[in-house]
Amino acid sequence: MTFPLGWTTPLSGIVFGVLFGFVLQRGGLGNGCRLSAQLRLKDWTVFNVMFTAIIVAAGGLYLMQLFGLVKWSDLFVPTTFVWATLLGGALIGAGMAVGGYCPGTSVVGATAGRIDGIVFFVGLVIGVVMFAGVFGNIEPFLTAAPGPQAQTVGELLHIPDWLVLALLVGGAVLVGWLSRRIATSNQISCAD
Amino acid sequence: MLLMKTRPIWKAHVAGVALGLVLMVTFLATGHGLGASGAPTDLAAAASKAIAPAATTVNGYLGPMVAGGNNPLNSWIVWEVIGMGIGALLAAWWSGRLRLRVEGPPRARTLGRLALALGGGILSGFGARVSAGCTSGLGLSGGAVLATAGFVFLIGFFLTGIIVGMATRRLWQ
Repeated sequence: MTFPLGWTTPLSGIVFGVLFGFVLQRGGLGNGCRLSAQLRLKDWTVFNVMFTAIIVAAGGLYLMQLFGLVKWSDLFVPTTFVWATLLGGALIGAGMAVGGYCPGTSVVGATAGRIDGIVFFVGLVIGVVMFAGVFGNIEPFLTAAPGPQAQTVGELLHIPDWLVLALLVGGAVLVGWLSRRIATSNQISCAD
Repeated sequence: MLLMKTRPIWKAHVAGVALGLVLMVTFLATGHGLGASGAPTDLAAAASKAIAPAATTVNGYLGPMVAGGNNPLNSWIVWEVIGMGIGALLAAWWSGRLRLRVEGPPRARTLGRLALALGGGILSGFGARVSAGCTSGLGLSGGAVLATAGFVFLIGFFLTGIIVGMATRRLWQ
């Protein structure tokens, strides 16, 4: 059996969406107070959950690739457009600092009953319409400075994937250790 | 509604491992990761078509999404985000956290909190179209396949987020 299975029906969207939403909610990531506290360096849940998840998923896919069960070329690997990728990330970071959520977590916050999560989601739709309004003017910028198609960090730095994974683990452990030292001195309380 | 007792949230590394496994299984089943911002994008295209069909058809971004009578709401990401809402609702109910409330900076009044949420949402919705993906679709899912784009995105996200977060920290204290 080789992966991916190509199961992309609406039912697959609902199944994986349910699991995604359930885990984010149980991890406390539908809480705007906690999410924005990460960006004031007072709560490290966002960083620790994200990097643990990236390492587990990337590590699992890497092992399966070693055993010939999955090919990286069959997986969707996004392409970098240096300025657009950076600016989009910056705007989403600023949006979380101000509004408390990012697109996915606003859905998680909203269905737990947070009205600010619903309002954030409405803001997302308005933001898309505003983007569409200026799309014709900014289109050249969006595709400027493209990286190689579907490039991985290993290809960028000319190092093997296991070393990229090892660096990620090292970075996550180091930040996790540092964050515990910082967090004990200036922790905040977010009512979940 | 059946009330459940309050359960503590998972520890970060437990949630991280669970999220990583869900993400990996999604890649194995579908060939791509998990996302979010595609759904409000599809919703914007559908709403725009309903309100201003002529302007939507000629728009360079929304036009192709509704071309040929295509219904943008019938997409995998819309189903996934509907699932997300259901899963989060179940989890909130099961852990005794399902209740209507407004969150935000404690000092701000309710209307102020909602204005901040709306403003943040607009920044985020605009930004997710600039980078063609958000924290889930580019940061998390791109990171899971070790994509350069995923980490470039995360650098922009965390650096700017921390700068803006620190600059506005009095608001939230």
